[in-house]
Amino acid sequence: MVTVLLRRVGQSVAVLLVMAILAFLAIYAIGNPVDVLVSPEADQMERQAAMARLGLDQPLAIQFLSFVGRLAHGDLGTSFVHGAPALGLVLERLPATLELAVTAMITALLIGLPLGLWAGLSPGGIVGRAIAAFSILGFCLPTFWVGLVLIMTFSVHFGWLPAGGRGITVPVAGISLGILSLDGLAHLLLPAANLALFKTSLIIRLASAGTRNVARQDYIRFARAKGLSSGRIIGVHILKNIMIPIVTVLGMELGSVIAFSVVTESIFAWPGMGKLLIDSIVHLDRPVVVAYLLVIVLVFMVINLLVDLLYAALDPRIGANR
Amino acid sequence: MKLRLCAMACAMTGLLLTGPARSADLRIGTAAEPATFDPHFRNTTPDNSLRRHVFESLIGQDENQKLFPLLATQWRPIDALTWEFKLRQGVRFHDGTAFTAQDFIYTVCRIPNVPNSPTSFALYTRGIDAIETPDPYTLIIRTAAPYPLLPTELATFGIVSARAAGGMAVRFDRAGCNGVSSYPNSALFDDGTLAMGTGPFKRAEYVKGDRIVLVRNPDYWGPRPAWDRVIFRPLTADAPRVAALLAGDVDMIEMPPVQDLERLRATPGISVVQVQSNRTIFLELDQTSDQPRSIAGAAGRNPLKDPRVREALAIAINRDAIVRSIMNSSAVAASELMPPGFFGFNPAIHVNYDPVRSRQLLEQAGYPDGFELVLGTPNDRYIHDQKVAQAVAQMWTRIGVKTRVDASTNSIFFQRAHRNEFSASLLGWGPATGEMSSPLKAIIATPDVTHGFGTFNYGGYSNRAVDDLLIRALATIDDPGREALLAQAMKVAMDDVAVIPLHYELTAWALRSGLSYKARADQFTLATDVLANDVARGP
Repeated sequence: MVTVLLRRVGQSVAVLLVMAILAFLAIYAIGNPVDVLVSPEADQMERQAAMARLGLDQPLAIQFLSFVGRLAHGDLGTSFVHGAPALGLVLERLPATLELAVTAMITALLIGLPLGLWAGLSPGGIVGRAIAAFSILGFCLPTFWVGLVLIMTFSVHFGWLPAGGRGITVPVAGISLGILSLDGLAHLLLPAANLALFKTSLIIRLASAGTRNVARQDYIRFARAKGLSSGRIIGVHILKNIMIPIVTVLGMELGSVIAFSVVTESIFAWPGMGKLLIDSIVHLDRPVVVAYLLVIVLVFMVINLLVDLLYAALDPRIGANR
Repeated sequence: MKLRLCAMACAMTGLLLTGPARSADLRIGTAAEPATFDPHFRNTTPDNSLRRHVFESLIGQDENQKLFPLLATQWRPIDALTWEFKLRQGVRFHDGTAFTAQDFIYTVCRIPNVPNSPTSFALYTRGIDAIETPDPYTLIIRTAAPYPLLPTELATFGIVSARAAGGMAVRFDRAGCNGVSSYPNSALFDDGTLAMGTGPFKRAEYVKGDRIVLVRNPDYWGPRPAWDRVIFRPLTADAPRVAALLAGDVDMIEMPPVQDLERLRATPGISVVQVQSNRTIFLELDQTSDQPRSIAGAAGRNPLKDPRVREALAIAINRDAIVRSIMNSSAVAASELMPPGFFGFNPAIHVNYDPVRSRQLLEQAGYPDGFELVLGTPNDRYIHDQKVAQAVAQMWTRIGVKTRVDASTNSIFFQRAHRNEFSASLLGWGPATGEMSSPLKAIIATPDVTHGFGTFNYGGYSNRAVDDLLIRALATIDDPGREALLAQAMKVAMDDVAVIPLHYELTAWALRSGLSYKARADQFTLATDVLANDVARGP
């Protein structure tokens, strides 16, 4: 187990390095930040001075070498727009994004799994069909449109929930969490529902397909014949066997929710990393974009590791092969 | 049971109703976010807008960019190279220390030395040659060359406290100030350590990406602001910003999308204010080379170098139609580079739509069958920029100049325009100074590093007569004399069709009813200019 972990860490560092270099070269090929950052009123002298302050007056090779040099010290550079360390800016926004992503995923799991099981056990029934129809709808509707409809319905028309922002946050061990205050929860509800809709549909489909498959297996019939309660059959024998694909997809989806909840964060003015990324791309804030990409790669790697460990827990045969 | 439920519900409703009236709060949804709380870090509209609440400048600019006394009570030129400013006495910073001339000196010294600043205010302090302070409330500023714009440019930056930043010993020197080893970085403003000015509001809370909370400065020297608390929330996406206003999450928003204005006006409880901004949208024409790559069918010549062709293109555009059907009347047709009412506007300049004469001019110039060109435009910078470019392209194609629109995002567009990838480029200009010298310098004057001319003259237009008039104007301290020279320079440039002005944008704000806003030409959203008719004022 320890050797497996060590090998994974080694691979991860290599991937991070390659990613950093690729990201740097790709983003430095786009536009000239000075055109976007400098006040239009600035004259040639001031533009030169600004380029020098940002290190943009150096040739690409020199900029690259100093980037790699700083990288070796764990420094991802200073944001052009904010003048603060790029990594710090990204990490500052991480709790907001994680809070939203985790809430959405848990919601999706809590709703999607039972519904999926139900639909899988009685695919011909009215409820089963309704659940299947709902999941197709959840797949098809574009996220930004659903977000706007949620706002127009619950914020503008009924006035029940705030239209955006994060509300009051409570600091816990240096990290501010909104979920611990009533106001924060109210702000979290709509964006989390918006993000959860697609994931719920996905889990419903995975769970229902898996259930239909597993429910036909001999050991389930045998269990029924043996007279096991249907609660035990579903809760243990079916659930455990459909979880592997769900966990795999869930892991990847959690990563993508953290990395690409850009649309939801923009619509609900959620102060997370996605909104920071969009603003940074618009302003050609290169160090922040690179830092963001590296953080996301790291998040994906950690999630993949956790998924692998979960496999072993769910299916002992996988762990034994290692 | 039912009764008790009702009692609870009623009590809760009561709570909800009394909630907002507790203190006079103003919640504003902004279209862009300041980068930091540091007033000297970034010279852009969102940062400058925030700075005006907290850090005052010596001189203020009103909603039409006219100057008025702020921390300086009066000013006058003593001779062509010397200015005297009398400072306001009895003004205190938010930490209680007194404002004096030393704070101005420290500010001028810090401005070129803000760490990592992407766009500094140094261009406004560079002209200062020496500063003398005969007493703590008098400034004598000497300049190397006549500098009529000094008072205007002193309105662009806020004053920070020298004492708080440890700069009481700083002495101004043009080559580099003495008496201080380093200048504080922006983080010290973000975390509140140094975030104190003399302004009507104080920093209370700053959460990047989420909100900026300001509270009223109880010791403010000027008129008492109408608001106890002001909350700015960056809502950068258009539709959610409008939704936040409709949902009552905010009281006011900047820049509601043009296509939503009609609906907002018709919504009960919402009002819209709109004002002519200082921003002009115009087209530059590539006159840099004899054979531009982007022009075809012109027999190896550059038709845009011929003033007759430029005029043909200018009068082929039906500006009123663009204003009416594309800009939803959120613009006014333009004939020069600043709207009426601004310093240097020339009422004698007119451009009339005349496609028949357009064709005649093209024929005279030797292009009876027209030619082909590329019109570059950003697609996320100005109001409906790409649609406006497409309309222009159709109008040009109708007179025989086949036009292809090439649209790209803001960050890419300016680099491409700079490299002359387009025969014509759609650009906008809104001068911080509110004076015609600004567009003349940046857009029309021949590019020249020593004067700082032509920074946005991508088209490479060059006219000695305009340059000379502008240089004379920039050395004329006397206001009416300078204004006449600027107006004349604009006339010469427009007779030669240096660029093609299209329209002046209108800027809009949407507010909940009961509020009114003194809409500003410089597009700043200032809480001090928002008045409430329905909020109970405290004692």
